[in-house]
Amino acid sequence: MVGWKIAAVLAIGAAVTTPAFAETLRWAPQRDIVSMDPYSFGDTFTLSVLNHVYEGLVRYDETLQIEPALAESWEVVSPTKWRFKLRQGVKYHDGAEFTADDVLASLKRVSDPTSPLRGNLPAYVSSEKIDDYTVDINVTENYPLLLNDLTNIHIFDGGWLTTNNAEAPTDVAKGVEGYATSHANGTGPFKFISRQPDVQTVFEVNPEWWDERQHNIDKIVMTPITSSATRVAALISGEIDFTNQAPLQDLPRLEATAGLKVLSNSELRTIFFVLNQRDKAFESDVTDKNPLQDIKVRQALYHAIDADSIQKVVMSGLSRTTGSLVSPAIPGYVPELDERLAYDPELAKSLLAEAGYPNGFSFSFLCRNTEFVNEEQICQAVAAMWSRIGLRPNLNLGPTTIQDAKFDAGQFDVGTLGWANEPMLDSYSILVQVVHSKTGNAGVFNWGGWSDAQIDANIDEAGRTVDRATRLDLQAKALLRANELSMFIPVHQQPMAWATGAKVVSVLQLNDNKARHWLTRMAE
Amino acid sequence: MLLLILKRLGNAVIVLLAVALLAFTIFKFLGDPVQLMLNPQATQEERDMLTERLGLNDPVPLQFAKFVFNAVQGEFGMSYRNQLPVMQVIAERFPATLELVLVSTIAALLIGLPLGVFAAIKGGTVLARIAHLVSMIGVSVPAFVIGIVLILVFSIELKVLPAFGRGEVVDLGYWTTGFLTASGRAALVMPAISLALFQISFIMRLVTSEMLEVLRIDFIRFARARGLKARAIYFRHALRNCLMPVVTITGMLFGDLIAFTLVTEIVFQWPGMGFLFVQSVQYVDIPVMAAYLMIVCCIFILINLIVDLIYVVVDPRVDQLVRGGSNGR
Repeated sequence: MVGWKIAAVLAIGAAVTTPAFAETLRWAPQRDIVSMDPYSFGDTFTLSVLNHVYEGLVRYDETLQIEPALAESWEVVSPTKWRFKLRQGVKYHDGAEFTADDVLASLKRVSDPTSPLRGNLPAYVSSEKIDDYTVDINVTENYPLLLNDLTNIHIFDGGWLTTNNAEAPTDVAKGVEGYATSHANGTGPFKFISRQPDVQTVFEVNPEWWDERQHNIDKIVMTPITSSATRVAALISGEIDFTNQAPLQDLPRLEATAGLKVLSNSELRTIFFVLNQRDKAFESDVTDKNPLQDIKVRQALYHAIDADSIQKVVMSGLSRTTGSLVSPAIPGYVPELDERLAYDPELAKSLLAEAGYPNGFSFSFLCRNTEFVNEEQICQAVAAMWSRIGLRPNLNLGPTTIQDAKFDAGQFDVGTLGWANEPMLDSYSILVQVVHSKTGNAGVFNWGGWSDAQIDANIDEAGRTVDRATRLDLQAKALLRANELSMFIPVHQQPMAWATGAKVVSVLQLNDNKARHWLTRMAE
Repeated sequence: MLLLILKRLGNAVIVLLAVALLAFTIFKFLGDPVQLMLNPQATQEERDMLTERLGLNDPVPLQFAKFVFNAVQGEFGMSYRNQLPVMQVIAERFPATLELVLVSTIAALLIGLPLGVFAAIKGGTVLARIAHLVSMIGVSVPAFVIGIVLILVFSIELKVLPAFGRGEVVDLGYWTTGFLTASGRAALVMPAISLALFQISFIMRLVTSEMLEVLRIDFIRFARARGLKARAIYFRHALRNCLMPVVTITGMLFGDLIAFTLVTEIVFQWPGMGFLFVQSVQYVDIPVMAAYLMIVCCIFILINLIVDLIYVVVDPRVDQLVRGGSNGR
């Protein structure tokens, strides 16, 4: 008993004597990251947090353009070969030197057949070491987006992986536990110190970072707070300094509190309606055909939506109403894309009559209640607008996991989808994953069988075009064609809101909704 | 007493199997974990491969058989979400919940019992009526509302208690405790109150009504006639005869809180089992959900067993009843 007490007292002693840090950023996201292993989950938020510890060969700059990171320069040697010159003098947090071997070990690990992140590097074939600071990466012919893909492939220390027996990715299916799940050794601006899942993850500044230090943070303590009310309370009471998920309904309250600042903008994710284009409607009183195959009906649905009201009432004026499937920050966007079909319920009614449905028809309308910002309210509002022109939508709301299974099985007539084009930050992402017809590996999210030969041809050609301008031109063409056909009904780019406490001087917020605390300044 | 334990354990196995089967069939309809593990960028081929490797294409009876086979050996697999062994994930969360529930249950007994006795013997007084009224509020207001109100008052306005988390914890090897640090104890206060308020009210009302029943019985009158002190009558004779239902209810509440403090744990970001369960439902983390329900089931069986044993201590007639019943057959 006495021994136990002494042990406890010693433990408290240890906790108390941890050195006090000058500038600690206490960060409360809405949920925890899933792992410390950047190859374990394709989750954008997790990768953005791990980017403080690990870095890729290239990264996005403050205008979301690609700039050198661990690679200093690169050239396209042949249509299937890229050559990267690596930065010299970069050190891992444990002191090891960064060399070509680390890049090879990392690429081997991420492209392993069991790696969940393999899809983030789709064109990768192999890599070879030319010398200690030169690496060749072989890709499928004329693949244009290798650099975009590499921004999110964080580079491990090869020697560290070998020593800790973590050369292969963590395999949940086989019950193989990974050392990298709860340990980390990167080259980034912050070192990983400790982690208790769902409780706290701690990072400390890496004084030996190769890049110029613009932040003045010594320590980041990340404590997820799931409940919005509690997160807001913690911010107001000064228990946290930063959240990257400030609840929209609480923004006025936060702005009115002395010392707190709110940063809000529209993010990259575009919310739009997808329409079942198969030969039969899924659940409708029109049983012999699918009314949604008629372009007039699709236009009627579009004309019936009062996007301004949604923006003002449902989204508190914080969303960006759009006619485009991609945000203006995404390459491939052209301003013509943003022209919406005007809100005109009378025109919508006459279009329905022309199509042969003067009394409307019923259809299933599938929405999630937890996934996108205010998705439930958006769907309820739009369902009411469609009812006003004589349609009879049957709104089906449910949690994401359940609704997505229905989407995947094509059990819907109209539904919502949101696409941010992460991690590629290029409209090729939405085109190949959503817009393209379901052939081979393309059209994974083509839930409703929509298809257009001209669009498919444009996308396929873009996937083989290295010249950026030509490629983006092809992608814009495909997006414009989709608009022309009213293939989808865009709604808006959804809002994002961050909030900072009194101790934070400046935080950089880009449309990709990722925190970059290596650029954050705190009060001295 | 041994007989009682053996009987209970026999039933337990059947209950456990039933719960496991139920859990497994429910989870089958929750959705697809693959969707959450892969990036939107992943191709169909990669999705199919992961589904296959996770064994999600196997028929449900086969998946269930595999699960039971492994569970018997204490092997619950890996959490899809945390990528750690399920048992480790649950073991890390268990101390947080148990400490919270223990504190609130002890507080509930220490406050609820005397209040109940007081309300029974001083039935007509103003104080007793106030206690009665407050207990009405305690029973009817949900715990999360109390939690949010507490946060509003003590964190935002007065800034004396932390709004979230467990504070600093001390690691004792297999157990992390918040009892040994000031911040840990401070963090316990609000969640414990919001949990305990219902228990206090419930126990108080229960004791009051039981006391009123018992006080009418003849032996209390005889005790009074014998000239015993009022204190001895109320606490030694009357209260002891009210304890059976209180023990049952406290045991049930205790188990219920360990398993399902979901809302309070979410409100206070308390890193316990309820929090874990909500997260695993959101992520379709099937191994965690299945293991969790099994463990919760075990806890309930254990608590019921303990409750039965306490019966024997409180009321010797129960032991005779068990023995007499089996001898008679």
